[in-house]
Amino acid sequence: MIPEIGHFSLWLALGVAWVLGILPIAGAARNRADWMALARPCAYTLFFLVTLAFACLMASFIRHDFSVLYVASNSNSALPIEYRIAGVWGGHEGSLLLWVQMLSIWMLAVALFSRHLPQAVLARILAVMGLIAVGFLLFMLLTSNPFDRLFPAPMEGRDLNPLLQDPGMVTHPPMLYMGYVGFSVAFAFALAALIGGNLDATWARWTRPWTTVAWAFLTIGIALGSSWAYYVLGWGGWWFWDPVENASLMPWLLGTALIHSLAVTEKRNSFKSWTVLLAILAFSFSLLGTFLVRSGVLSSVHAFATDPRRGLFILAFLTVVVGSSFALYAWRAPSVGLGARFAVLSKETTLLANNVLLLVAAGAVMLGTLYPLLLDALGMGKLSVGPPYFDAVFLPLMAPAVFLMGIGPLARWKEAQAPDLAQRLRWAAGVAVGCALATGWLAGELHLVATLGLLMSFWIVASVATDLLERVHPAGSPWAQAPARMRQIPRALAGMMLAHVGVAVFCFGVTMVKAYEVESDAKMATGDSTTVRGYTFTFRGTREYSGPNYEALQGRIDVTQGGREVAVLSPEKRIYRVQKNPMTQASIDSGLTRDLYVSLGEPVEGGAWIVRVYVKPFIDWIWGGCMLMALGGLLAVADRRYRRKQATDPVAHAAPLAGTAP
Amino acid sequence: MKYARALVPLVVFLGLVWFLAAGLWLDPKEVPSPLIGKPAPAFTLTRLDDAAQSIRREDMLGKVWMLNVWASWCVACREEHPVLVEFARKKLLPIYGLNYKDERAAGLKWIANFGNPYDASLFDQDGRVGIDFGVYGVPETFIIDREGVVRFKQIGPVTPEVLRDRIEPLVRKLNG
Amino acid sequence: MRRLLFIALFAWAWVAGAKEAPSAAQDPVLEARVLHIAAELRCLVCQNQTIADSHADLAVDLRRQVREMLQQGRSDQEVFDYMTARYGDFVLYRPPVRSTTLLLWFGPGAMAVIGLVLLVLVLRRRSRMPAENFDKEESDAGSNAPGA
Repeated sequence: MIPEIGHFSLWLALGVAWVLGILPIAGAARNRADWMALARPCAYTLFFLVTLAFACLMASFIRHDFSVLYVASNSNSALPIEYRIAGVWGGHEGSLLLWVQMLSIWMLAVALFSRHLPQAVLARILAVMGLIAVGFLLFMLLTSNPFDRLFPAPMEGRDLNPLLQDPGMVTHPPMLYMGYVGFSVAFAFALAALIGGNLDATWARWTRPWTTVAWAFLTIGIALGSSWAYYVLGWGGWWFWDPVENASLMPWLLGTALIHSLAVTEKRNSFKSWTVLLAILAFSFSLLGTFLVRSGVLSSVHAFATDPRRGLFILAFLTVVVGSSFALYAWRAPSVGLGARFAVLSKETTLLANNVLLLVAAGAVMLGTLYPLLLDALGMGKLSVGPPYFDAVFLPLMAPAVFLMGIGPLARWKEAQAPDLAQRLRWAAGVAVGCALATGWLAGELHLVATLGLLMSFWIVASVATDLLERVHPAGSPWAQAPARMRQIPRALAGMMLAHVGVAVFCFGVTMVKAYEVESDAKMATGDSTTVRGYTFTFRGTREYSGPNYEALQGRIDVTQGGREVAVLSPEKRIYRVQKNPMTQASIDSGLTRDLYVSLGEPVEGGAWIVRVYVKPFIDWIWGGCMLMALGGLLAVADRRYRRKQATDPVAHAAPLAGTAP
Repeated sequence: MKYARALVPLVVFLGLVWFLAAGLWLDPKEVPSPLIGKPAPAFTLTRLDDAAQSIRREDMLGKVWMLNVWASWCVACREEHPVLVEFARKKLLPIYGLNYKDERAAGLKWIANFGNPYDASLFDQDGRVGIDFGVYGVPETFIIDREGVVRFKQIGPVTPEVLRDRIEPLVRKLNG
Repeated sequence: MRRLLFIALFAWAWVAGAKEAPSAAQDPVLEARVLHIAAELRCLVCQNQTIADSHADLAVDLRRQVREMLQQGRSDQEVFDYMTARYGDFVLYRPPVRSTTLLLWFGPGAMAVIGLVLLVLVLRRRSRMPAENFDKEESDAGSNAPGA
């Protein structure tokens, strides 16, 4: 019964989404307040119906209802409860439902927090989101129904993929989807502005918080995915340039460009058509990612089970949504004004240059990801494009962007002077170089590439420090006033500084791990020990135990440093009873300055094992940096100006598109 | 002119869609063999049923023959095997097996149970000859001509359609 | 994965005399080279992993093959050539630079250069435009104050 309720709920949701997609937008065009007024109630109803369906699917999992095909394929009676819940999005159909659920949550948020928006604008925004919901609901109901029944119902399910039975599964997909789907809000705002002709600074101020929050979620989602891969996959890697990973990185890069572009449009009313294009692109890449992951055109460890029919549907949907947005853009963008003027050297220009670099980086990632497909489709053979390519191409593109990160915040709006900037930043540059070299020397050896990476990282921090210092202690102002000035720094600015520091922390972690990580494979019998970087790892043998749905062989390794005990690590080999896949579970001792990472390799004769030992310096700074970035974003959104009562914010203030009827 | 520039995203996007659509009909994991048109690699392997006897690549020159890679632990081979057994009855060309990364006893038992379409099976225990042939999954099947040049590779089980539409015409052509 | 029948095969740990564990290979330098090469080769039976990371039988066999070739004194390039002769370019994660991959390798750099050049051209053109094309400048008092 419950699955049927869920299924019916989805059909009803589809109906509501259609209404939402058509009437309010027509109402905005014809000035019919009654039609426009349908937008909010439709959004609320849609949220209710989708959540109901989601709850039904979750209930089916929790109750072990194996008569539902999706539950039977992704669950098992021995599966612990938290993974039954996470299993809801463990496969293709359920993850689509998660997508729509996230969309409905964002629509609810937009409907609730939009008192300041003119009715026509809100109507258009919710309508666009409604049409996107139509696409996904149709896709689900026609090709990927999570509520399909299985007759006869099996006694047991096939279990959730053991790799997914992990806390990472509970957090990573929801965060990631909040991000992906959240860009649909910026997308909807952009289309609404193009349709309605009110593309201006006010529009940018409305759009900015939504975009920044989505971006923050996406940052967290990607970081969670990376750290999950690190501790679960048994060989210590954290980024593989796998097509599915790239599918999340591309929207992130564009989203980063977008939040910076929106800053300029809000502040100076410039870059308008460029910002709109970015908003369309960011969500388009989200949709492209959805296609790549589910269609089977690319081979990936993360890909869902594929079916060309599904691929065709998503491609058609992608073509309609993105194609019509670009067509709308082509039609309306040329009449958007240029906004305020700015000099060739100015804060605006540094931000524009940053945008160009981020866009090129996203393009490079896309080129590498799709190139094998390109050649194959043209009959020119089969090729693999992997980490060696991406590392060689991506890092040189990011380096200038990071350099600009140090300059942009200090540049003036409208016009900046190069000598003035150079003068203000000379300490930062010197300190950065000094710290980079000192760190390399302290770590034991200097590499060119590592020094450059460290330089990037210290450069950002030094620049932020310079900026902060200028604000709390400007010329002529005593130090006593500094705390007061500090408190006056708007949250948007503090958020920016925090996020940029997050990037620096990230760069630092990446550089240190790549340059100074040590790996050692040793053949260890019980009692043997090996020393890596001052840490002594002693193998104490293995024991067996039974987990809730697996059998495990657990090794024990004592770690000491200078005679003092540091950690006890327990790497495992598991066999999950249902799917019978063997899995290697690494054991990690995390620290602020290093991770000690141990995993069991292959057994050798005599009861000994090949044990892989890694010492990874500062690796947690990679994800720590991402968290700081996200926090910075959220802090910026909390800025008071977004919560000022917009008493004088009527449509009349919005600049109409030149040439269109007022 | 402004309009033309604004159309660029749309045009580029439609081009991309074309490629993505083409990609739906391709298999990204299928690896074509670089050996087609090149001489088969040299090998010397013992017979599965008689460890004292060896077969070398030179022994196979002068005839068109089929090499079928199989193993007793391979599930898909069991699907393919009846097709091969049926095909062997036609005696179109000699079929040799490559018993890949298997144990002699297990391999012999498997053939005894499921039928033996092979003139002989070559025993490749450590898989090195398989690597030389570019084998990455089991089953795989090669057609090799009189001069010892590889002419065709089938990845995955041989089906009656593949036999009828691709292998038999090729064998007839090679046999002159 | 047959070797994972730990259930019967492994008795409880026995102390064999604690000693410094030998490196898994007799030669760590060689092993480092093996891993370095293996990290650039694709495991063909896996969805998307290198033969350094994969536990699949084929990956283990190919790593062994790489090790033997290096022990025989072959160069890195000879090892890559050996693999591509048997499996094609698909097995390399670093795509070779050829006429068919010029776009791949030089595309990003070209895009960056073109993008930045276009940016400069657009900015120059804008700086020559008359002031009416732009917004009227309101008081700039607030525009450079802290408030990004």
